[in-house]
Amino acid sequence: MTPFTRLLGLVAPLDRANVDTDAIIPKQFLKSIKRSGFGPNLFDEWRYLDVGEPGQDCSARPLNPDFVLNQPRYQGAQILLARDNFGCGSSREHAPWALQDYGFRAIIAPSFADIFYNNCFKNGLLPIVLPAETVDRLFAETFATPGYRLDIDLAQQTVTLPDGSALAFAVDEFRKYCLLSGFDDIGLTLQKVDKIRAYEARRRAEAPWLFV
Amino acid sequence: MAGLTLYDKLWQAHVVDEAKDGATLLYIDRHLVHEVTSPQAFEGLRLAGRKPWRAKTAIAVPDHNVPTTRRAAGIADPVSRLQVETLDRNCADFGIEEFKMNDVRQGIVHVIGPEEGLTLPGMTVVCGDSHTSTHGAFGALAFGIGTSEVEHVLATQCLVAKKSKAMRISVEGVLGLGVTAKDVALAIIGRIGTAGGTGYAVEFAGSAIRGLSLEGRMTLCNMAIEVGARAGMVAVDDKTIDYVRGRPYAPQGVQWEQAVAWWRTLHSDADARFDAEVSLRAEDIVPQVTWGTSPEMVVMVDGRVPDPSSAPNAVKRQDWERALQYMGLAAGTPIQEIAVDKVFIGSCTNSRIEDLRAAAAVVKGRRKADGVKLAMVVPGSGLVKRQAEQEGLDRVFVDAGFEWREPGCSMCLAMNADRLEPGERCASTSNRNFEGRQGAGGRTHLVSPAMAAAAAIAGHFVDVRHF
Repeated sequence: MTPFTRLLGLVAPLDRANVDTDAIIPKQFLKSIKRSGFGPNLFDEWRYLDVGEPGQDCSARPLNPDFVLNQPRYQGAQILLARDNFGCGSSREHAPWALQDYGFRAIIAPSFADIFYNNCFKNGLLPIVLPAETVDRLFAETFATPGYRLDIDLAQQTVTLPDGSALAFAVDEFRKYCLLSGFDDIGLTLQKVDKIRAYEARRRAEAPWLFV
Repeated sequence: MAGLTLYDKLWQAHVVDEAKDGATLLYIDRHLVHEVTSPQAFEGLRLAGRKPWRAKTAIAVPDHNVPTTRRAAGIADPVSRLQVETLDRNCADFGIEEFKMNDVRQGIVHVIGPEEGLTLPGMTVVCGDSHTSTHGAFGALAFGIGTSEVEHVLATQCLVAKKSKAMRISVEGVLGLGVTAKDVALAIIGRIGTAGGTGYAVEFAGSAIRGLSLEGRMTLCNMAIEVGARAGMVAVDDKTIDYVRGRPYAPQGVQWEQAVAWWRTLHSDADARFDAEVSLRAEDIVPQVTWGTSPEMVVMVDGRVPDPSSAPNAVKRQDWERALQYMGLAAGTPIQEIAVDKVFIGSCTNSRIEDLRAAAAVVKGRRKADGVKLAMVVPGSGLVKRQAEQEGLDRVFVDAGFEWREPGCSMCLAMNADRLEPGERCASTSNRNFEGRQGAGGRTHLVSPAMAAAAAIAGHFVDVRHF
């Protein structure tokens, strides 16, 4: 996994609540057996005017000029600013894969759906929860300021605004540790083989029907 | 000290190790695998040279991509075919049991788990699918995971997780005739919203829940994820144990007795404390119909499409306006004046035998309305299909002009050939009415099986209580 340490990135605002993972990456693209290449189909139904199918050359497709990510001022954005309950619905990890493949490294929202939030950390994508009023303010500043950038420091757990003021955010210790170092958490779990074996021995005695 | 919740008991029984910050290594008893969210996980194992920790705890089935029409010729779409063949190959390579496409036991992963006795009370059950919450109906701790976690469970039999808060949603009283578990689920979502359960494990309780069959409880727990709760669950009772008894993978003999003794403890203690409590009265719940693009956009069947000017805040007003535009609906339209183009009865929410019986009871002796282009019934599994055919339900549907299909996820998410065309409106027994969910530009209204069947006959939504 690519580590996440610090990011000074352009912000793109996606001003709608309850953005679901079907919208982030529609189902027809889930037929892929790979982990990469989902970026061109990120937000496919909002981003293009035609119906997307796997295997198309997306550079030749008609863009929806009204969709925020198609506006020239947001090209190259690495931070997505979003509303409540971002990533709700299906558990598809293709959603963070698509966001990552497109170029996003962080998402800021007042709240995230649980499974999506969890999936982000497995892919070097940092989801940041900030209070709704703060997110409102960031939306207003992003709309008002072309080239609006935020400076995210995971070690310090801060988001620094262009005026130099810093906002603190919370993140679980273990997730932070894995993301900062880019650790493979399977490797970390396998360091606890003895504990897993001990649990199994105990559980086998209590509940033998689970070990047939 | 307060007593324990059902969730506390299930959690504690599976803790392998706990870190200071609460990050817990949780042991997983059952891992259900399907073709869409597993290929990258198996590839990860291969690249790292890892093997499944306990391959016998996993069971695989192709369900999302499979055709629901004749299967003799295989899967026409080469991309879908490759994904199903990849599952076959991965299961063979890693020694995982699979119910293949033409096995009579094949079906939607959340239907076959309980049906085969692979899902048992007290288990931790995971699957790379958000509707894994379904299995909580058995007093199990069941939740959806991403593909990285699928790989993690395969490799270690564990997950790193943090305990959620506990919420109890109580429904007391007796549900009226024609009011089903689906209506209870939609009414709850309408009440607390699609993020109302985020961060919680939800226990459904109360006399109306105890009154539900296991099929009904599965429908309810299935939709726990639609309030944002990763897990939904119902306490074990006699119905649970009767359902499990004699299933192919259920314990037998002495082990059965031992298991039942533990299962009988799987309920919240009388003095257990919850972080949040919600209560509804069964008598207040009537058949529900969604009108928008989120399951929380729901009204009673005798209601009207709401006016965005009455939305509680500016963000919601904007959402409602956008939803009305997408759905092609005007504010104030009576729900029962909305005509449908297609009807879909199926999905992990509503494709079990009880669902098909409820739909058939409405359809019997009637004809699909001419304006309805397609009414399809997709059983949840090959065994549900066989049972329905033994009961003659297939004839009831076919005689009424419905299509009787092969089992799979089908038009719940339209990964196979079953889908809505742009602008088409569907009465659907599935779980999500998101934009494009059933096909790009498709318009989904979520309802119970009986309500969907009635809409197919009438050509528009009707109140099944008076139909």
